[in-house]
Amino acid sequence: MSDTISLSRRFGSNSGQPVTRRDGIAKVTGSATFSADNHPDSLLYAVYATATIARGRVTRMDTAAAEAHPGIVLVMTPQNRPPLQGNPDDKPTFFSQRIEVLQDDTVRYAGQPVALVVGETLEAATEGARLLNPQYAMEKPRTGLDDAAAYTFEPAGFGTPANTVHGDVEAGHAAATASVDVSYTTSAMYHNAMETHAVVAKWNGDKLHLELPSQALTMTCHSMAYFFGIPPENVTLSSPYLGGGFGSKAFPIGPYVLAVLAARTLDRPVKLALSRNQMFGPVGHRGATRQRLRLGIDDQAALTVIDHSGLSETSTFDDFIEPAPNASQGLYKAGALRSTHSAVRLDIGTPGPMRAPGEASGSAALECAMDEMAEKAGIDPLEFRLLNYAEIEPGTGKPYSSKALRECYRQGAERFGWAGRPLQPRQMVDGDGMLTGWGMGTALFPCPMFMAEAEATLRPDGTALVETSAVDMGQGAWTSLAQIAADSLGLPLDKVEFRAGHSSLPDGGVAGGSGHTATAGSALHAAGSDVIRQLGELAAADPASPLHGSGNAGFVARDGLLMVEGDDSRSEPFADILARAGGVPLKGSGRGVRPPEAAEAHAMHSHGAVFAEVKVDSVLCQMRVTRMVGVFAAGRIINPRLTESQLLGGMIWGLSFALHEEARHDPRTGRIVNADLAGYHVPVNADVHGFEAITVHEDDPHVNALGIKGVGEIGTVGSVGAIANAIWHATGKRIRRFPIRIEDLLTA
Amino acid sequence: MSLSLSLTINGAARDIPLDDPRVTLLDLLRERLALPGTKKGCDRGQCGACTVLIDGHRVNACLTLAATLDGAKITTIEGLADGESLHPVQSAFIEHDGFQCGYCTPGQIMSAVGLIAEGQAGDDPERIREGMSGNICRCSAYHGITLAVQDATRRMATAEKDDAA
Repeated sequence: MSDTISLSRRFGSNSGQPVTRRDGIAKVTGSATFSADNHPDSLLYAVYATATIARGRVTRMDTAAAEAHPGIVLVMTPQNRPPLQGNPDDKPTFFSQRIEVLQDDTVRYAGQPVALVVGETLEAATEGARLLNPQYAMEKPRTGLDDAAAYTFEPAGFGTPANTVHGDVEAGHAAATASVDVSYTTSAMYHNAMETHAVVAKWNGDKLHLELPSQALTMTCHSMAYFFGIPPENVTLSSPYLGGGFGSKAFPIGPYVLAVLAARTLDRPVKLALSRNQMFGPVGHRGATRQRLRLGIDDQAALTVIDHSGLSETSTFDDFIEPAPNASQGLYKAGALRSTHSAVRLDIGTPGPMRAPGEASGSAALECAMDEMAEKAGIDPLEFRLLNYAEIEPGTGKPYSSKALRECYRQGAERFGWAGRPLQPRQMVDGDGMLTGWGMGTALFPCPMFMAEAEATLRPDGTALVETSAVDMGQGAWTSLAQIAADSLGLPLDKVEFRAGHSSLPDGGVAGGSGHTATAGSALHAAGSDVIRQLGELAAADPASPLHGSGNAGFVARDGLLMVEGDDSRSEPFADILARAGGVPLKGSGRGVRPPEAAEAHAMHSHGAVFAEVKVDSVLCQMRVTRMVGVFAAGRIINPRLTESQLLGGMIWGLSFALHEEARHDPRTGRIVNADLAGYHVPVNADVHGFEAITVHEDDPHVNALGIKGVGEIGTVGSVGAIANAIWHATGKRIRRFPIRIEDLLTA
Repeated sequence: MSLSLSLTINGAARDIPLDDPRVTLLDLLRERLALPGTKKGCDRGQCGACTVLIDGHRVNACLTLAATLDGAKITTIEGLADGESLHPVQSAFIEHDGFQCGYCTPGQIMSAVGLIAEGQAGDDPERIREGMSGNICRCSAYHGITLAVQDATRRMATAEKDDAA
């Protein structure tokens, strides 16, 4: 079987083509191997027991009962946990979070691992963990934003954002002829990738092999090497497919380390897969926030100030502050801009980055506040945004590297049919008597690049191998990165073998921040270009080549031919050039990184405009999103098919944020009472009607050589506000906490 | 304790010695029969990732104790394609991009095959959405899933008509 289903013959480059997924056949036949699908010989199963209270100490566990259970080979508790070589309270890499590895008997959140049980079968290990039946000395848990005192903090790297002020904020407030001052709250949300976190760990002497779904292979290997006191090159990690990541699989988690430790202790491979319930534990989450937005406008409806402050939850033992107020930077022209952060320490697992961390929560509040401001000004919400459209980045004054937001607004409004929308709420009723409302929101997401390396090898037969430890967690790296690599080599896609997803390959960097295609893609592009440059040197110096002596004119590679730039009549197949040069492969390498001066010179963001229609039952207050149109400008689109799916997925995450997701704590124990997919609601197929995602053309010569921005997260931004604003437009009610609940509409 | 079990899995008769009554069909397939294509998403019947066909009906393998299945015919994702030739639902999922990460995909596809066999949804997208709502896709590739099921339904109906003619 070929990798992809063939479409009609393609002309031109690979990039920009809606190629079907190269991993498609593996995924529809069940042959794509996810981490927990691995089953090495003499495998043991590990299951960990979790704390069912949020604060206190474990006073007793029935280890004897667990040990006596048939098939149990190890019960690991804080009393007998073998030592680690690295301090588990350290953070071995910049993007790290403090891990839970049975350091002591303290319980700091519900869902924390309190023991690890290893058995010959999954059934035995599961039963063994259950038999432990932990007893506790419980203290009153703090799980709500008002349960502890708020504090401010100095920024100290990852997870602790800095306050940002541009202009004279007090003057901006004073200059306002109208203002809004509103508070919005957002709930704790959990990533809940369909694949739960899992590891299969196998030691061979002091070498460790991991089957582990990772968004950052190299960093994960370094962390593991640190904890186990072995050189990083002794750790290999295979992660060809992730069953979803969304930010939760970027860091090694404590249970992984415990499973690896058990494998070393027992000298047998160990598999550990979290239960769904445990996905509400030590894997990060989007922290709850309470945000205050103060906006002011002058008599021309120009914003005089956007003043955005946020209170975010974090854990008692580490820092990750959902940087929601930052969403107010970079978007609307305003006389003054202020984003300030504060936090509260609660008895919860440490929050972490979850798809559009900060942008999603912050945009939810900002876009609703903008709608409230537009209402107060008596102006259509789209017109209000256009009145405050920023031609240069507000605050910094930097030019945008590109910004086709105006076009997004235009196309979105037209496609949705925004014109003629009544200004007042509660004006539209459909044929079934449903209150109907239309709302919109703007989307902004930065386009960062990290660092990645890649290698490309042109083989004597004219095919190529390209390699980087890139990550496909569903965004489509197997396909889109191969398209970029094929273009860099001037080869059709089926002549390029792409190896990724293994730590032994050149460092593909981190799949996060919507920057993976830009970063790993740039590395592949550089590696391929390096090969073609070398091939050109060979041909130019070879008297037998039709390209001999034309090195000054430069070469281009297309369809397996090297040709003189601007003169297609002079060309030669790659294989012929290589054959005369001794028939040895040609190897090139490249890095994907944004030069600091380029990053300094421009403000770099993706943009979008989202329009939503909501219908609300006037009696029951049941809400349905019936239509949603998102239009996005995100630089060059490598694969429109995959991009549409990313953007739609992001918009559905916006729907989920607005109407579904919320982890609720039992105030007595601090335990999350809905820690499963029945109680923790995410959208199902029947929730998704009439969604459309459109991209507009955008050339960006500054972000990177390929003009790629990124599409992984921006779909969520703007969508939350669009839905909430549509609910207001349908009902006349402003609900200022997410998710919006039926009872809120009933009682408002 | 030993239980002997006869199952037909993907067309092959298997005698399976079972030493533990707690083993679910899902864990039997994944951990004991080297058929890990069927996925575990929640282990309690809430997500549909483990959907397989038992005697032609779609069932959550995680909620089914293996010991109760003596004599049953099981079809998993590994048994759907005819050699190199994909099942129409599998092809349609690729063409309509009905997945991203692929983890829920085996369950989605088995559920779609079951749904089409039930004959209740036809090619009506609203009924397909309803009928496929026991299968969660966190990547939210629902748009493509609906199109894929709709397209496969039509193609299978056409093929059936052609066969009958």
